[in-house]
Amino acid sequence: MTPDQCKYSSEHEWVYLDDDGVGLVGISQHAADSLGDVVFVDLPIVGDSMTQFGKMGEIESVKAFSELFSPVGGEVVEVNNILNDAPDLVNESPYEKGWMIKIKLNDASELDNLMTMSEYDNFVIQSEGN
Amino acid sequence: MSSPFTPNTEEHRKKMLATIGMDSVEDLFKDIPEKVRNPNLNLPKAMSELDLRAYASELSSRNVSAGEYTSFLGAGSYWHHIPAVVSSIASRGEFMTAYTPYQPEVSQGTLQVAYEFQSMICQLTGMDVANAGMYDGSTSLAEAALMACRVTRRNKVAILNSTSPLYTDVLDTYVQAPGIDLEIVEEGHMTLGDEIACLIVQQPNFFGYLEDMQNLANIAHDAGALLVVSVDPVSLGMFNPPSDYGADIVVAEGQGIGVPMSYGGPYVGIFACRQEFVRQMPGRIVGKTLDTQGKEAYVLTLQAREQHIRREHATSNICTSVALISLMMTVYLACMGKQGMRKVAELCYHKAHYAASLISAIPGFSIVEYGTGIFFREFTVRCPVPPKEVNQSLLEKGIIGGFDVSEYSENGLLLCVTEMNSREDIENLSDALREIGES
Amino acid sequence: MTSPLFSKLEQESRKLLMDRTVEGRIGATLPDLDVPEFDLPPSNLIREDLPLPEVSEGEIVRYFTQISQYNFSIDNNFYPLGSCTMKYNPKLNDLVASMPGFSNIHPLQDDATVQGALQLVWEVQEYLTEITGMAGTCLTPMAGADGELAGMLMARAYHLDRGDDQRKVVLIPDSAHGTNPASAVMAGFTVKTLPSDSEGNTDLDALQESVGDDLAGLMITLPSTLGLFDRNILEVTRIVRESGGIVYGDGANLNALLGRVKMGDLGFDVIHSNLHKTFSTPHGGGGPGAGPVIAGPRLVDYLPSPVICRENIDGRSVFKRSNPGQSIGRMGAFQGNFGVLARAFTYIRSLGGEGIRSISDDAVVNANYILERLKDSFDLPYERVCMHEVVFSARNLKNNCGVSALDVAKRLIDYGVHPPTMYFPLIVEEALMVEPTETESLETLDTFIDIMRTISEEAHSNPELLHDAPHFTPNTRLDEARAARFPDLRWRPSHEDSE
Repeated sequence: MTPDQCKYSSEHEWVYLDDDGVGLVGISQHAADSLGDVVFVDLPIVGDSMTQFGKMGEIESVKAFSELFSPVGGEVVEVNNILNDAPDLVNESPYEKGWMIKIKLNDASELDNLMTMSEYDNFVIQSEGN
Repeated sequence: MSSPFTPNTEEHRKKMLATIGMDSVEDLFKDIPEKVRNPNLNLPKAMSELDLRAYASELSSRNVSAGEYTSFLGAGSYWHHIPAVVSSIASRGEFMTAYTPYQPEVSQGTLQVAYEFQSMICQLTGMDVANAGMYDGSTSLAEAALMACRVTRRNKVAILNSTSPLYTDVLDTYVQAPGIDLEIVEEGHMTLGDEIACLIVQQPNFFGYLEDMQNLANIAHDAGALLVVSVDPVSLGMFNPPSDYGADIVVAEGQGIGVPMSYGGPYVGIFACRQEFVRQMPGRIVGKTLDTQGKEAYVLTLQAREQHIRREHATSNICTSVALISLMMTVYLACMGKQGMRKVAELCYHKAHYAASLISAIPGFSIVEYGTGIFFREFTVRCPVPPKEVNQSLLEKGIIGGFDVSEYSENGLLLCVTEMNSREDIENLSDALREIGES
Repeated sequence: MTSPLFSKLEQESRKLLMDRTVEGRIGATLPDLDVPEFDLPPSNLIREDLPLPEVSEGEIVRYFTQISQYNFSIDNNFYPLGSCTMKYNPKLNDLVASMPGFSNIHPLQDDATVQGALQLVWEVQEYLTEITGMAGTCLTPMAGADGELAGMLMARAYHLDRGDDQRKVVLIPDSAHGTNPASAVMAGFTVKTLPSDSEGNTDLDALQESVGDDLAGLMITLPSTLGLFDRNILEVTRIVRESGGIVYGDGANLNALLGRVKMGDLGFDVIHSNLHKTFSTPHGGGGPGAGPVIAGPRLVDYLPSPVICRENIDGRSVFKRSNPGQSIGRMGAFQGNFGVLARAFTYIRSLGGEGIRSISDDAVVNANYILERLKDSFDLPYERVCMHEVVFSARNLKNNCGVSALDVAKRLIDYGVHPPTMYFPLIVEEALMVEPTETESLETLDTFIDIMRTISEEAHSNPELLHDAPHFTPNTRLDEARAARFPDLRWRPSHEDSE
């Protein structure tokens, strides 16, 4: 999986859909960089149901805090519990080791509400400009 | 006007205004709408230090104070001995006139003290973690209730009716706005529903007696609620720490540990809990870390819980740890240490029991027992006449009496005995009560 | 800071009390038991172990004295910390607070036995009401944020009494201190952020758009955290009040306004004042403070309990505690931080009316002098007269030299000056917020200005010097991420595995 295969939300979460209809979710490199040193990630538990753009958890860095929003709706089937002990993986490897949850999607068409990587990159440049 | 606190003279001001490019000080205030600018200010004239000291001294002498009188008044604020070292350290300018330690490189003194404080609170209460201090015991209790609601995601709190009514009032102020229901429950008639976030118990209770904590802990935990204990820290010199009976959050008023009564403040609230709730705690927390050279040092940590980062999502709006008062408590605990804390507790215990034994032998007076009936340094007496009258008579004999609890217990007077009360004081109290009973 | 201790002694001073413990050492004495011994309760209630330090008195004094040297403080350093009003704390204040007739009185004593204390508290209430032009004061809130909570709970009670249950939204400017939104939420409100205009005033158009039937009120700091007096303030309070909202004033910056304008005359309904800022009580390394809540006519009946009243009985003044008619209840178990109130009392009586007025004059002159003399070295985001504090930006240094506000702040430590407030308010990039206060002399200000200019030059010539600062403190910069990722929050015996 590479960043250009992911779809992005305006809240800076990415989702990558695998062949089984399961979405892998994390935050973008841009989001990780803006937060700085991540010190704590609070994630849902397996079995929780997510709605698209609904609250998924919270992330804390030394000097910032942000809510996490699920880019797609569905049921949480796996959580990256390694982040409990190694939250710095979100900074080091936001698309691989720093993934957050896996979601069994309710409705794959929700992906159409998200941005491609190039659209997201433009979105970031525009919002920085403002 | 010249004052010793403003070094710049009229000459300085002129020079500075010239640099700024203004003709007068008035010009700097032009943004204030003219119709409200420069109002009349009706305040007394300045006083010299000599005159003011005399005036303040005169005001203070109009108060009846412990020491001048002997005192048996407790109910949340206690008269205890404070070693001279405590005020000597706490009045050092390096501690007293520093700001909150946001710049750790120039605040290691304050930060290291806070770490010592947190450590000693954990050791005293048996809990896993403690914060650096809250405003006082009552607000600490209210914040514990809010935290229990966050942790359990429930919206109702139960408080045992033997808890201080003053604390219950403060809790009531705090829970109304967030829409949390407050239920006052009675031991023996208690069924906690599955919507209760926590059961709040004071140990020893407001009337002086130990509660059966193991039983109350079971009731709370069976309902999936947390057990919040408001404990008397001086009692922990001899009694079991709350961790022994399964407390989830422990709060306390720290005043009895090295802090003068000062008519109600400043005090310090103790707040400790189990490790798993640490990120839900309110208040400042200090942690140990390393500097860029690998040397150990201390720093404010877990700050993402707090208002300056989380704003409307913060665990609390608090941004003080009452650091100077936590320092006093820390120095006191260092001085008293393992042996002294035990001894203070035992002095209170035996003296209170001596007082109770004398008073219970006076015709018309009896000891009223609540909870387990085992008491520490306070106990409730039923008087033959309204306690207000008893206190008035005591005052005439140079004794500050107890706290009138007749609202909760018929002709009830809550008496407190500490190491400050000598045998003679206690016998004088007993003699005075006997006279009142006979008249 | 004086010569730092890099010696073994310095290492020794960092050793915690529990690691100094030697069994049998004592640090205090207590009297022998002079009454008969009674049976102790059943042994299952008695604790077996009490893990507390065992150290001697002399060791304790030396330990705390040594670590005290690692602090900057007002008694030892210039402390231009914006929005914190780090002014000199007069020593008479402490002496008065510790008079035995004040420090040894119990908060639940009968009013008749504490008339001196009640008069003192009543006087402070009256002075604050007069200084701010409001209707009444309650001194019980124990910090600024506690005063905010009290004030917002009063606003809530006021709306509920009028059946205005739908008034839930509190407007808060983007420049506000974080306690404002946190307090509003604790009082049951939801928060909406209000932008500032290009001159740093409240954006009136945005305000007009935001007020409606759901408006509970506005929380605003005056002067703003940009150090500016909001020129639109009368319009702002009018709009909010006409829409049925309450105007809350955060008095953190009251040091700019004493005797120059009264908050009550500007249309504020309720405010708080930080006695540990404006009224010279010491900060104590992070408390205790006091945050009296001061109400205008609309909210005065809702003040917390108790307040102190004066009655005239047989030609004598008698003071007593009483509860306002619609009181929101108690903010604490007792009557607030009396020891802090006694200090503020002493300060106000020392200065008197004329002296109080001169505080703000000198504070504002000092800040504008720094503004004028540093504006060529540091960016000034708002080119106008400031009040008691001035906000600079280090964005040019950041862009040109890669030196941040943090680096400038840490380098100041090397020169013995406490850093200004950084990165606040949030709307100014690389903010450096400087508040000199009135208690600093022209000589000190000139030295500070020289240091700041030198640092600006160093940023260009030797940026590494700033990146590595501070150089002379017991510790260099700290690993804050490590502290938060692996919290080590208490001493543990060395044989126990750390978490």
